[in-house]
Amino acid sequence: MERPLTERIRPGETNWLADYQKAGGYEGLKAALKMTPREVQEVVKQSNLRGRGGAGFPTGLKWSFVPLGDDAPRPKYLIANGDEMEPGTFKDRLLLEGDPHQLIEGMIISAYAIQAEVGYIFLRWAYKKAEHVINKALAEAYQAGLLGKNILGSGFNFDLYLHTSAGRYICGEETALINSLEGKRANPRAKPPFPQTSGLFGKPSIVNNIETLCNVPHILHHGPDWYHSISHSVDGGTKIFGVSGKVKNPGLWELPLGVTLREVLEEKAGGMREGLKFKGLLPGGASTDFLTEQHLDIKLDYKGVEQAGSRLGTGTMIVLDDQTCVVGMVHNLEQFFAQESCGWCTPCRDGLPWTRNILWTIENGQGKMEDLEILEGMTKTLAPGNTFCALAPGAMEPLQSALKYFREDFERHIKEKRCPWRS
Amino acid sequence: MVTINIDGKNYQVEPKNNLLQTVLSLGLDLPYFCWHPAMGSVGSCRQCAVKKYADENDQKGRIVMACMEPVVDGMRISLNDPEVKKFRENIIELLMTNHPHDCPVCDEGGECHLQDMTLMSGHNYRRFEFNKRTHNNQYLGPFINHEMNRCIACYRCVRFYREYAGGRDFNVFASRNRVFFGRYEDGVLESEFSGNLVEICPTGVFTDKTYKKHYTRKWDLTTAPSICHNCSLGCNIIAGERYGAIRRIASRYNGKVNGYFICDRGRFGYEYVNSDQRIKEPLRRGQASGQLEPVDVSTAFEFVKNIVSKKGKILGIGSPKASVESNFALQKFVGKENFFAGVSGPEHRLTLKAMDIMQNGPSNVPSLKETEKADVVLVLGEDVTNTAPMLALSLRQASRVKPMELPIKMNIPTWHELAAMELIQDERGPFFVLTPSETKLDDVATATYRNAPDNIARMGFAIAHEIDHNAPAVEDLTEEEKKLAKQIADELVAAKKPLIVSGTSLLNEKILEAAANIGRAIDKKEKIANLFFVLPEANSFGLAMLEDKALDQALQAAENNKYDAVVILENDLYRRLPASEADRLLNSAGKVVALHYLQNQTTEKADLVIPVGPFTESDGTLINNEGRAQRFFQVFYPQETIKESWRWLAGFMEDNGLVGEDELVNLDDLINAVVSDYPAISAIKEAAPGSQFRINGQKIPRASHRFSGRTSINAMCRSANQNHRKMQILPCPLPWKATMDRCRRPPCRVSGTLAGIRYRLLISFKLKLAADCMAVIPAYVCLNRAWKMNLIILKKCRPCSKHKKTTGWPFRSICFTAATNSAVLRPALKN
Ligand SMILES: Cc1cc2nc3c(=O)[nH]c(=O)nc-3n(C[C@H](O)[C@H](O)[C@H](O)COP(=O)(O)O)c2cc1C
Ligand code: SF4
Ligand code: SF4
Ligand code: SF4
Ligand code: FES
Repeated sequence: MERPLTERIRPGETNWLADYQKAGGYEGLKAALKMTPREVQEVVKQSNLRGRGGAGFPTGLKWSFVPLGDDAPRPKYLIANGDEMEPGTFKDRLLLEGDPHQLIEGMIISAYAIQAEVGYIFLRWAYKKAEHVINKALAEAYQAGLLGKNILGSGFNFDLYLHTSAGRYICGEETALINSLEGKRANPRAKPPFPQTSGLFGKPSIVNNIETLCNVPHILHHGPDWYHSISHSVDGGTKIFGVSGKVKNPGLWELPLGVTLREVLEEKAGGMREGLKFKGLLPGGASTDFLTEQHLDIKLDYKGVEQAGSRLGTGTMIVLDDQTCVVGMVHNLEQFFAQESCGWCTPCRDGLPWTRNILWTIENGQGKMEDLEILEGMTKTLAPGNTFCALAPGAMEPLQSALKYFREDFERHIKEKRCPWRS
Repeated sequence: MVTINIDGKNYQVEPKNNLLQTVLSLGLDLPYFCWHPAMGSVGSCRQCAVKKYADENDQKGRIVMACMEPVVDGMRISLNDPEVKKFRENIIELLMTNHPHDCPVCDEGGECHLQDMTLMSGHNYRRFEFNKRTHNNQYLGPFINHEMNRCIACYRCVRFYREYAGGRDFNVFASRNRVFFGRYEDGVLESEFSGNLVEICPTGVFTDKTYKKHYTRKWDLTTAPSICHNCSLGCNIIAGERYGAIRRIASRYNGKVNGYFICDRGRFGYEYVNSDQRIKEPLRRGQASGQLEPVDVSTAFEFVKNIVSKKGKILGIGSPKASVESNFALQKFVGKENFFAGVSGPEHRLTLKAMDIMQNGPSNVPSLKETEKADVVLVLGEDVTNTAPMLALSLRQASRVKPMELPIKMNIPTWHELAAMELIQDERGPFFVLTPSETKLDDVATATYRNAPDNIARMGFAIAHEIDHNAPAVEDLTEEEKKLAKQIADELVAAKKPLIVSGTSLLNEKILEAAANIGRAIDKKEKIANLFFVLPEANSFGLAMLEDKALDQALQAAENNKYDAVVILENDLYRRLPASEADRLLNSAGKVVALHYLQNQTTEKADLVIPVGPFTESDGTLINNEGRAQRFFQVFYPQETIKESWRWLAGFMEDNGLVGEDELVNLDDLINAVVSDYPAISAIKEAAPGSQFRINGQKIPRASHRFSGRTSINAMCRSANQNHRKMQILPCPLPWKATMDRCRRPPCRVSGTLAGIRYRLLISFKLKLAADCMAVIPAYVCLNRAWKMNLIILKKCRPCSKHKKTTGWPFRSICFTAATNSAVLRPALKN
């Protein structure tokens, strides 16, 4: 089984430039620089790479919206989204700390494909080690002529900077990220216009997830056919899956897209810890819908998870066991989302704190049956399209599915006027 | 025109606006908060939701925000779909979770957008059972009160203050449901436009402290449409009175002048009206005491008769702050040859010069609102933030015109504020500020130039020469100056709508000439320049239309002729002349009669002081800097001794047989007299409906339907023997009446149909302020170059009638044309 993204990574260590080049690094870049930007875009399109940041938008297609040619507005920007604050998600961190040049190479190729002259790596504030690693790797790349003017003699110029965020979840939303980079409040922007045409400083910009960008060198190096061949799905390539919660062996694994949920949960994560039973999981981070026992055999690709009523999201799951209170868990998540709302639009700003408060009262035995109605109403009010950005609908996903699959647990809290999971 | 279908009905609409504005303009109700007609859409409140269907077969539809939707042909939407109605109700419910519901003590109450929208959306019962979040309030200065707990986080205030008005000391802080709108620390707000926060905020976070100081409710105000007297722009305002004192000034929408806003000078500069320095009864200098002593009205009349009957010669001194009618009355009383403008000679001649350029030059004279459309701006000499504040606000908008071409090219609608701003970022159009010292517009300027007035004029001539080499050249310019002149010239020539702003404040005639030359040079390039001159005062234009002679000539005349008396109209000579000259004038002209509302140095010297009404206790016409005649109306009736200046003067004339009995009784008579003597300004007649104006046979009430306490006020006044303060129910010689008495119902309403109109005046289901309807009658007509052309056509108000609204209100707004002020034609103007 091929693991192009992670096979070089050894726990706790970093591959610096020499290691990376020895293992075949920057070959993809050389290949790309021989093509035209459109051809590079075409290769990525054929590979069917889809964004790994949560929404799964086809990467090649996204790039194709950027105006090319002499009359395109300049400068254009490429931004790597390394904000990674989605609860339960820690896949980008592995890539950032373990193999920084994979990202840098991916960014140079992607920048070439859209003819961007400036790039930013937008990094989560808390990733201190990654900050150190990226800075050092950037210096190496500049020294080796991989960044800056006339990269590898191709005539292509690209400057890449690291920006460490101030630590807000909403900064991961691509347009809020752009505002934040501009030094403004991290409120999302209206879409359309999309960043591809009006992004950072009003110029055409692409925001891609770290993992997405890390796929690019390998696609260029080995070609789209190879990329399809390593997947078990129509979606190309591998995906880093993660499992957290009370399983025997929590962690991250790079696996072909299209493996089953059961494989990841039972073979890789080793199943539940002694004495605990599996109850459900959030398949792609905190802002995805619960899946339960009945879904264990679904294929983990974008379509498979969607058909089961959830989203592949970031591919990093949070597992709920039978000894943990679902109301408490959802309350904890909503606390996070209420806390991280940017405060721009009404449903999210004022709806999430209310949601959190109700969950708190239910968890503490003071809930009423009417509260469940309010919660259900909230999931409708904060549905996709009703709020300004996807944070609030994301926040509703664990809640609405918990109410669907575990309603009994909520009602027990209310009837027994206490949390049955607490003694 | 495109066709859209709303709840099964087809409508023909222009696709230029967003869906929300379009829906509102059709007269349909849709609640909203964050959208504002002057500031576009940002989609943050999520209140304006409607259902949008993909095609005929789409049964389900999807919720979209109307303010963020372009209008496209064939679109099908629903406002009444149960799901979307429920959604709008839920949004209000969410907004209300933290709202304190302190309406009974809130100064916004009665004209609160949140109250109105809540009623409209149908949210009634609170389900939120938790603690509300609370904030600390800030001290924001003497004018604006801060009560953050009432905030619904619509972001209007910060968008207005920073993006629209360019203020820096106000912002939104923190995030989630703790967003805070205010300053980084307590302190006086720095913006000249801070008072607009009071109106822009849909709730009671920002309220008018000068209003709050007294116990008054909005629906208890008696109001009248008025005109700001504080600078030459003539912004439209509404003045409100309670218990014989003015309680507040609010902006009155005028789509040609001030739009939705006014400056702080206009809003808060009214308190002199309530001052204890007011002159309330006639004062005569006692023979024995040598002091001014109160006398009754007949004594005042006798005093004047004494002079006139002895064939006494009287010198008259007018005022650029008094109405056309009052100045005219004085001129008529003393005779044209004895009448002088109460302005220093240089200033008056400069005003005449500016008017001459406007009248005879080839350049277009834009309205204040039109200046916002200019794509290249040159400010020549004038520090407009100080001399005409609202012009600064307009020019700030103009600085965005050129950059806005980019979003338009990218098919981003101009109302889509968020997208447009993200695209253009800090980009500003060509904007040049040539002034002696720093101005508050420098931050949007492409280049600034600091030098003495004469040098600014030289730069102006140099620019004209660069544009048209036949215009006189300027010697001895430095390289830098040459470069700048060339740059400005090139931009002006390349512009679609070049604007040159100048004015009289530097008392420099050459600057005006330079501005005129630039206009002429641009004209030579087959282009129309726009020339906007700031004049000294509210009625400088009107006074100059009546009289060429100024104070220096008055002094000469006084010293050369033997005058028996001088009558000074609403003026203080000591602010117009050096004290020694003022002394000489007063000493050489016999008896001094001063008509004024406030004590000043001139009234102190007077032998007779006549108590007159300031703008709130008078009606009359002002002509603003661009030649626009605008009427202001009396807000309330003060004690009987206080009268409009023109009424006193007409009284003197009648008393002395100078005019026939009943010849000059009310404002209509005065206006007719002005028109017959000065055909050039005959248009002032059209500036507002006359006293015969009726809607449905009724006068327009100036108090609201809900006006409370009349009985007790009357009883109180009777017992205090203050009959003048009794609520007036007698016919008054104006189209307004003071109360709702004998009104079968409010004769008209300003409805939500007027999307472009003052948002505060939109639907108010329960607290319908009838008084508001008259607030939108445009008291103006354009006089631009009127003395040369026959132009004015004011569409008459269409009597509100027939349209029966489903809401149960039988009447629509008075008249769309009147309300939008778009009906006035200025045919002979090029544009
Ligand atoms: C509230 C919110 C938080 C997000 N956080 C992240 C994040 O931390 N990292 C990320 O890559 N994408 C995040 N996204 C998704 C981005 O908006 C964007 O879709 C993504 O970066 C695009 O990259 P991709 O096409 O490569 O997936 C977030 C989205 C939302 C709505
Ligand atoms: S849903 Fe609204 S309030 Fe929440 S993060 Fe997005 S824009 Fe901000
Ligand atoms: S203070 Fe007023 S205008 Fe500002 S956000 Fe709050 S409600 Fe809106
Ligand atoms: S700009 Fe002038 S006319 Fe307008 S409100 Fe201010 S002072 Fe009054
Ligand atoms: S008015 Fe449309 S979202 Fe606020």
